[in-house]
Amino acid sequence: MRIRLLSFITLSVLVVNNAHASDIHEFKMANGMKVLVKEDHRAPVVVSQVWYKVGASYEHSGITGVSHVLEHMMFKGTQKHAAGEFSRIIAENGGRENAFTGRDYTAYFQQLEKSRLKVSFEMEADRMRNLTLPENEFKKEVAVVMEERRMRTEDNASALTSEQFYATAFTNNPYHQPIIGWMNDLESMQVSDLRQWYEKFYAPNNATLVVVGDVNAADVFDLAKKYFADLKPSKISVTKPRLDATQKGARRITVKAPARLPYMVMGYKVPSYKTAKEKWEPYALDVLAYILSGGSSSRFSKSLVRQQQIAVSADTGYGIFSRLDELFLIDGTPAAGHSVAQLEKSIDKEIEKIKKELVSKDELERIKAQTIAEKVYEKDSIFYQAMQIGMLETVGLDWRLNEQYTKRIREVTAEQIQTVAKKYLINDTLTVAVLEPQPLAAVKPRRSLSGRH
Amino acid sequence: MLVINKKVLVSTLFVVVSVFTLSGCGSQKVMQQKQEKKSVDIKQWQTKNGVKVLYVYAPELPLLDVNVVFDAGSVRDNNKPGIATLTSGLLSHGSKLGNKTLTVDDVSERFENVGARFSASATKDYAALKLRTLTDEQWLSQAVTTLQSIINAPVFDQKELERTRKQVLVAIDGRKQSPGTIADELFYKNLYGEHPYANPGIGTMASIKKMTRHDLMHFYKQYYVAKNALVTIVGNVDKQKAIQLAEQLTGHLPVGKKADELSDVKNLAAASSIHKEFPSSQTHIMMGQTGVHRKDKDYFSLYVANHILGGSGFGSRIMEEIREKRGLAYSSYSYFIPMLKRGPFIIGMQTSNKQTDEAMGVLKTTLADFVNDGPSEKELLHSKKNITGGFPLRIDSNKDISNYLTVIGFYNLPLDYLKNFNQHINAVTLAQIKDALKRRIDPDKMLAVTVGARQ
Repeated sequence: MRIRLLSFITLSVLVVNNAHASDIHEFKMANGMKVLVKEDHRAPVVVSQVWYKVGASYEHSGITGVSHVLEHMMFKGTQKHAAGEFSRIIAENGGRENAFTGRDYTAYFQQLEKSRLKVSFEMEADRMRNLTLPENEFKKEVAVVMEERRMRTEDNASALTSEQFYATAFTNNPYHQPIIGWMNDLESMQVSDLRQWYEKFYAPNNATLVVVGDVNAADVFDLAKKYFADLKPSKISVTKPRLDATQKGARRITVKAPARLPYMVMGYKVPSYKTAKEKWEPYALDVLAYILSGGSSSRFSKSLVRQQQIAVSADTGYGIFSRLDELFLIDGTPAAGHSVAQLEKSIDKEIEKIKKELVSKDELERIKAQTIAEKVYEKDSIFYQAMQIGMLETVGLDWRLNEQYTKRIREVTAEQIQTVAKKYLINDTLTVAVLEPQPLAAVKPRRSLSGRH
Repeated sequence: MLVINKKVLVSTLFVVVSVFTLSGCGSQKVMQQKQEKKSVDIKQWQTKNGVKVLYVYAPELPLLDVNVVFDAGSVRDNNKPGIATLTSGLLSHGSKLGNKTLTVDDVSERFENVGARFSASATKDYAALKLRTLTDEQWLSQAVTTLQSIINAPVFDQKELERTRKQVLVAIDGRKQSPGTIADELFYKNLYGEHPYANPGIGTMASIKKMTRHDLMHFYKQYYVAKNALVTIVGNVDKQKAIQLAEQLTGHLPVGKKADELSDVKNLAAASSIHKEFPSSQTHIMMGQTGVHRKDKDYFSLYVANHILGGSGFGSRIMEEIREKRGLAYSSYSYFIPMLKRGPFIIGMQTSNKQTDEAMGVLKTTLADFVNDGPSEKELLHSKKNITGGFPLRIDSNKDISNYLTVIGFYNLPLDYLKNFNQHINAVTLAQIKDALKRRIDPDKMLAVTVGARQ
């Protein structure tokens, strides 16, 4: 059965690849703004995303979180539109809208019935240059962001551990700081910080417009020109490289917080595709991540969770398309009766095994099959397709990398996986953070009958 | 844990979102007439043993989504809380295929070798086994054969039960560290009392510790039968193939006995407040009452009403009052979860502990004003435009359509439910909304749960 299956995988790859001929259209305006359009005619809808080359990794000490707070303020009005009016207009057009901030990007999007794309363009063009940033709106919104931080981080022990972990693993590399910002920086943030940030980064020559959906590329370019072509470009200053100093020896921290379950996160310094000298290495690291934790047949699931029963969960993470050097992450929670130290030892053994023995052909074939299938599944979401294009472009890579991904993964050999494991998963560049759960006060719920207050 | 996961990326990569719209109710989805021919031409038939099948042909992508759904949700737990979830999870942890017994490792490999995604879960109302696979014949065949084995011949291996039991106990323990989860559990417990909707699907420490292999087999035999089953198929297979797939997956299930009718949900008799002290910087607030069922006569009136009150993110009254005017919370919302019997109506948010009283005051006033006066004509118009205008978005993927088929099939909604959705929305009048709000929501009888550090 195995042999039949393998030969079949090859065949399928061919079939799938034929269906993937590139259908992304690229266009650049005189003011430097790039437009990328992918036609997808399955449903009469369109997604429009504006991506800016700015995010938490562009921030310096003292103003952490400014990219994200500015993202919130982008909904608070321009000279033409009052606060909240963008949202109202999009809603009235049956649209969904939102925005997100990452380490390497800030993006704004609308999903609409296809004939309403111009509503999105008009609004994005307006707020790219004409944001008003009113002081009173800022005061409320920064309070909202502090509540957001409490919800996501302060009251979530594993998130808190993870935040401390990044701050320890990276020193000069700005992935050191949290996207949402340190609480103290949020507390002392001024609307003038946002204004400077906005003027520095929000310009057509620092933006990419991505449109995917039931549209005609040439029509989209024309429409984009109508709304964006007159916007003036800015001089975007070069971002400092901020390379990390070489780590010389393992770093270990503990985080104490109210919790029930212990948790650990560890990471090794690795390059991303962007920073790697050998461009096959990041793909080998990506396959390694799959070998260890890509699904229920992965090594962590089989060995740590099911055979040894030392973990209730164990996962890996690797951002292959990040702008800066990355971490190869492993995190997990030990099973009842086991310590974090025991879990770490078992993880170490799995890593040693990768270094000593070549991964099996079966495992490699499985990962290739999963990768092929996932690329097809992605096409069920136009939003996700737009995300992939926008993210690659915004970190300074070529969107074609997405289309080549399956092929590059297929080219990874067992020897290459062993090579990157030996080269990068080494103790001297390791950082480990352990959550030490602190008691939660055991108080019974208090019940009271009451009328209306 | 009980699900086969795709590689999990680390959650700190993004801080997402300014808006947080909760559309937690699968039903709130619509479709445009224009598209209906292409995407939502639903075909229905029965397998030879009487399993209902819903099918939509979607040839654009070489993939297939199959959901196999059973009336085996946590409402069927009875005196064994957690049994529905544990049973659905253990189905894929060992099963017979011909003369061979597949182990959990075999099952995982058989799916993942062909890039298929599988998950099993139990909601309150039903259990769902979901498969997504490429339609390439041999890959499809391996994925479907594996699913067939899981559905028809699970072995409930004792060792796997013991291992999974330990994991579930850890997961139950882990729920105690999340103030949001604690609030949720308290809310359902106090809203539903003796009704099975009160039960947290994961179970209790005591019941999970006692669960035997015999219990699970018995539960499986009682509920995983043709009379309780539904199959939905969306993707690039023709109808002949879909008929064959449904027969292969469920055609050999015993006919069985239909699960008992659920008891009706009672209204809260009086207002009550429950507080649990928790060492967090925010207090999680959940307020609510019992709401609507799937075929409720007030369904559309209250759907639109909730959209205006707190179901549509920015622009909704709760978001305006809590976040936009006062900066009290990142996320604040209201929603109805329509279920087989009356699901909950929930208003929720979380705010710094010291702001809790202020926030609750605002929520109560906002709700009371809304119930007393109803929405304005302008709000109603705006809301209708949003709901009906956004309608192609809600069925723009196979995944969306597949989820609708499950809802339409399980709750016995008419096959033209999606087609007529916009008409139903447009027909809702201001008078109907005002009337429904007054009859169905009593601001003087709200359950209010708070979890946080107030002392």
